[in-house]
Amino acid sequence: MSGNSIFTKPLAQKIRADSLRMVYKANASHIGACLSMADLLAVLYGEILQVDPEQPDWSERDRFILSKGHGTAILYAVLAERGFFSSQWLDTYFQDGSVLVGHATRHGVPGVEVSTGSLGHGLPIGCGMALAAKRGKQPHRVFVMLSDGELDEGSNWEAILFAPQHQLDNLVAIVDYNKIQSFGVVSEVMELAPLGDKWSAFRWAVREIDGHDHAQIESALGSVPFEMGKPSVIIAHTTKGKGVSFMENKLEWHYKSPNTEQLAQALAELEMTE
Amino acid sequence: MRNAFIETLCELAQKDERIWLLAGDIGYSVLERFSQLFPARYVNMGVAEQNMTSVAAGLALEGNIVFTYSIANFPVMRCLEQIRNDVCYHNLNVKVVAVGGGLAYGAAGYTHHAVEDLAVMRSMPNMTVLAPGDPMEVRQATRAIVNWQGPCYLRLGKGGEPIVHRAEPAFTIGKSIVIREGNDVTLISTGGILSEVISAAEQLAPQIQARVLSVPTVKPLDEVELLKAAKETRLLATVEEHSAVGGLGSAVSQVLCATSRVRDFDFLMLSLNDAPQQTAGSQFYFRELSGLDSAQIAQTVRKHLDEMLGSSSQAPSFIV
Repeated sequence: MSGNSIFTKPLAQKIRADSLRMVYKANASHIGACLSMADLLAVLYGEILQVDPEQPDWSERDRFILSKGHGTAILYAVLAERGFFSSQWLDTYFQDGSVLVGHATRHGVPGVEVSTGSLGHGLPIGCGMALAAKRGKQPHRVFVMLSDGELDEGSNWEAILFAPQHQLDNLVAIVDYNKIQSFGVVSEVMELAPLGDKWSAFRWAVREIDGHDHAQIESALGSVPFEMGKPSVIIAHTTKGKGVSFMENKLEWHYKSPNTEQLAQALAELEMTE
Repeated sequence: MRNAFIETLCELAQKDERIWLLAGDIGYSVLERFSQLFPARYVNMGVAEQNMTSVAAGLALEGNIVFTYSIANFPVMRCLEQIRNDVCYHNLNVKVVAVGGGLAYGAAGYTHHAVEDLAVMRSMPNMTVLAPGDPMEVRQATRAIVNWQGPCYLRLGKGGEPIVHRAEPAFTIGKSIVIREGNDVTLISTGGILSEVISAAEQLAPQIQARVLSVPTVKPLDEVELLKAAKETRLLATVEEHSAVGGLGSAVSQVLCATSRVRDFDFLMLSLNDAPQQTAGSQFYFRELSGLDSAQIAQTVRKHLDEMLGSSSQAPSFIV
C-alpha cells in the first residue's frame, strides 16, 4: 500500500458495510451504485476534501456534489464516519420521517451540499458554485461525482461545454464508470466510448484511473487541476457492486436489496478483505 | 418593459454585489448596459437553458441573487425540472425573467407564445409569480423581487407597452393595485393587457362603473382585495393573455370558491383558448381574435351584466 491507503482502504470497507446494512434494513435499491464508488468516496473524504464536520457551512470548504443521488446511502455513511452527524442516523435511512431521504438530500443533513436524485443536475450546479468561487477569487474546489448512465442527459453536456469556456480549473468531475446503467449495459444502451476523448474534445483535462486502486485515486485527486485554466475530469473505471462477489457486475443489484443470508455473506466477504 | 427592467436592475446591482444576470444568448440592445457595468456578474450562458438555471442555483447556493433571462418559454419550460429541483426545492434566490410574456412575440409563432407560463410557474413550490402591468410596475416588481427571499418568476412584455401609472404606485408583493374605483363590476387584470382593461373600463362608463384591479402578483394572490370586490361588485371578470388553464382566472376562482361567505356575485374569465395559435399575427390581432381587445372586453362585460339584471329583476338594460 502506498500513500494513505492504509487509512482509506478500511474506510472504504466500513462504508461499504454500512451502506449494505442501510439498504438491507430499508429494503432499498442502488447498492451496486454505492459499492462501485466506495473507494472514490473513501479517498475523497479521507484525504482530499478540505471540510470541517464541526462547521459544515465553513465558507472555505471544498464542495462535493453527488450528482448520482441514488447512491446516497454510502454518502450518508461516509459523512457519519467523518462526524458530520451521528452514525445512529444511518439506521433511519429511508424510514418514515427521517431526514435521510433515498436520494441525496441537503435538507437537515449536515455535509450534503445539494439535493439530487434526478440525473444531470449536479455538474451544472457545480459549474455555478465553481464560477462563484472563481470570480470571487476564493480558493476552494468543487467536486462532482457522476454516474456513467447520467451522461446520457443533455444537461451534462451543456455544463461540459460551459466549464472550459470559463476556465473553471477549480471544478473536478469524477465519472464512476462501472459500465452498467439502470436497465442495461452502457455499451448496448448508449455507448459512451471513447469517453476520455469526448471530454478532451470538449476542452477538459482528462485522467483515466482504476477507481478501486487507492494509490491511483489519491494521485489523481491530489494533482488537480491537471492543467491550469481547464476543468479536470477523472474517469474512474469501476466495477458495479465492487467488494461483494455475488453483486459484482450484476445489473440486478441496481434494484435488489439483500436478504438476511446475502447480507451476512456480503459483510463476511468485506471483513475478509478489510 | 425590458428597458424598465434592465435600468432598474442596473440601479440595484450598483448597490448590491450579490446580483448576477445570466442570459440565454438573448438580449441584444437591452442587456449590454448591465454586461458593460458589471462584467464580473454577467454571463451569456449560450443557448442552454438547463445549464443556465442550474448554474444560477449554484451561484445562489453561494449567497448570490441570480437573474436568468430569456424569451417567453425558454427560461421556464425548457428547464422546468431545474427550476423545480434545483431552485424551488432548495428555495434559492433565483429570479427567472421571461421577456415576451403572453403574445408579445405574436407573429413569431406559437413556439414563442408564453401563454401557459403562469400556470406552470404557479404550480412550483416556493415560487412567487409576478406579471407587472406596465413599465412602472416592472420597476417596482424588479426592486421587490430582489428584496424577496426565494424563487421568483417575472413575466415581462417586450417593448412599447403604454405607461399606465402617472407615478410609480405603491407596490408590495401579494397586493393588487386599484387603478380605478367602481361598484358595478371589477375587472381584474394581470400583465401587459392592463391598458386594454383600463380602456374597456372607460368604454363601459358612464352607465357601468368598472373597478379595475391590476394584479402584478399572481402568486401569492391578494385575497383581501378580491373578496372585497366580491362583496362590493356584482360581477368579477379576470382578463389575461394566458390560457384558460391555471392562470389568473384559475387562481382567482380558486380564492372565490374557497370562500363560502361571499356568494352574491358572478364570475367571468376572459382568457385565451386552450389551443395553439396556428397563424402569424400581431399581439393585437390575437387579442381581437380571442375577445381580449378593449372593445370586446367591454362588450362581454356589458352583455353579462345585462343578462344578470334581466334574469333577476326588471332593471333597465346596460345595452345601448
